[in-house]
Amino acid sequence: MERVEFINDQDVVIHEDGTRTETMMLNMGPQHPATHGVLRIVLHLDGEMVVKAVPHIGYLHRGIEKLCEHITYQQCLPYTDRMDYLASICNNIGYILTVEKLLGIQDEIPERAKVTEVILFELGRIESHLVGIGTNALDLGAMSAFLYCFTEREKIYEILETVCGARLTTSYPRVGGLPLDLPDDFEEVVGNFLKTFPKTLKEVDSLLTRNKIWIERTKGVAVISAEDAIDLGLTGPAVRGSGVPYDVRKATPYLGYENYDFEVPVTNEGDAYSRYLCRMEEMNQSLKIIQQALDNLPDGPYIADLPDIVLPEKELTYTKMESLIRHFVIVYEGFKPPAGEVQHAVENPKGELSYYLISDGSGKPYRMRVRGPSFVNMQALSKMVEGSLVADVIAAIGSLDIVLGEIDR
Amino acid sequence: MSFDVEQAVNLLKNEFPQDIINIKEYRNETTILVGKDKIREICSYLKYTLEFTFLADLTAVDYLEVKSPRYEVVYHVHRFGPECEENVRIRLKAELTDGDPLINSVVSVWSTADWLEREVYDMFGIKFNGHPDLRRILMPEDYGPHPLKKDFDVRNREASKESFEKALDDGAE
Repeated sequence: MERVEFINDQDVVIHEDGTRTETMMLNMGPQHPATHGVLRIVLHLDGEMVVKAVPHIGYLHRGIEKLCEHITYQQCLPYTDRMDYLASICNNIGYILTVEKLLGIQDEIPERAKVTEVILFELGRIESHLVGIGTNALDLGAMSAFLYCFTEREKIYEILETVCGARLTTSYPRVGGLPLDLPDDFEEVVGNFLKTFPKTLKEVDSLLTRNKIWIERTKGVAVISAEDAIDLGLTGPAVRGSGVPYDVRKATPYLGYENYDFEVPVTNEGDAYSRYLCRMEEMNQSLKIIQQALDNLPDGPYIADLPDIVLPEKELTYTKMESLIRHFVIVYEGFKPPAGEVQHAVENPKGELSYYLISDGSGKPYRMRVRGPSFVNMQALSKMVEGSLVADVIAAIGSLDIVLGEIDR
Repeated sequence: MSFDVEQAVNLLKNEFPQDIINIKEYRNETTILVGKDKIREICSYLKYTLEFTFLADLTAVDYLEVKSPRYEVVYHVHRFGPECEENVRIRLKAELTDGDPLINSVVSVWSTADWLEREVYDMFGIKFNGHPDLRRILMPEDYGPHPLKKDFDVRNREASKESFEKALDDGAE
């Protein structure tokens, strides 16, 4: 067996017969098409084998946690879009749920808002998984699967556009419910998507699942055992691909997920292929959840009746003095949650996203902490690629499905 | 019999009677304030005996001029239970005084803590005793101040309290 020692600032590989070779240091990134953003990995190579991989992050750091200490709770919402920008609606909903928990108004949220949020959350999951699978395949040379995925993702963007007017940076729900009632054709457009999407999913499945090249490039690559996955704190498909059935939607249900009939797909091999299968099945389950939610979308109010927290209707703001004052106070000072602290976790497409909010009784958060799944999952990369080939690093990054906006915040 | 938060708290209290300082419950979440000297022992006990195998989050809070001691390091630990069906989560807190804040690292207990502790060091300047590779993670290596401290001067990007006060005075003129 060859071993690696650190001599004179250099990794030296000592081979079986006693010969010594030096490792080569290779910078992958920060500008690299397969790192999905500005990620730099310093690879120490012995020939084509990776001896050590050290990720360097922070190139996209904007200080979101600090910024949020200086603005009101509503103003924090657009910042949450810019973390996991592939599923911004999920970040938004997670944040809103945390603030609602901090205010203690979860029971006041109307059913129509909750069901809509479930639909949008699952659409966000499909959207993110499509990018995850599509780019993973693209990095490994399968161009066509990527195009199918992105065509379908475009349709989700169109749905989001009809609902909230924005495509990528949604900033959609509000504390208390939805800012506007759903458009009349909402059920129709989501219904159409539910009809056409399974066909594309099947096409992607037939392009990849039994594709010999795809299997060779992903099976047995970037393996992580269940024990290591838990120890490293992996969540989402990264941990479920290793056989741990942890899903926040089942573990600590929010938005009434306990009332939906769905399964948590688990695959056991812990390699890149296993995570891919897990994502594919998750999209099927998401479709099931959306269908159930759409069938039971209730009529009625879309935002809670909480004058201290929710802005008055625009019409009233323009015509009634009291509403104008209310509007002014909420916008200018913000609503004031009682002093205290809460943590709330949601199952983002990439894993557990949790917000930890501390209120000191003023209109601005005293501290907002975001635990992003990509940040924690990224730690597993070194463990996954050490001892494998350089080309497998690309497969590993793709299969972890990281997004740098959330790692660096 | 299923395992719940109350049981975990009682077991912890029996095992470390001296080090559990305060237990609070708010919005169905349990917060346990523990002594900082025993943090690694408490975490080991939680992981290996009570099976809190998942460290959900590790962060810190700066309570400058709000309370003393100034810093709190916050741990969210999670127990899956068999088949991931129990899902008990508790929050641990340890207080650190101003000056040269130092606490024992829990990387040897949960590998997750590696980057999370590096981030806390980067953002608050809190040092972790026994961390294998404690260096900055998000900010540039040669960056001086620790931005999430409350006395970090957002306008001058210098974390000295003096410049913060100076900026306030300038604003008043």
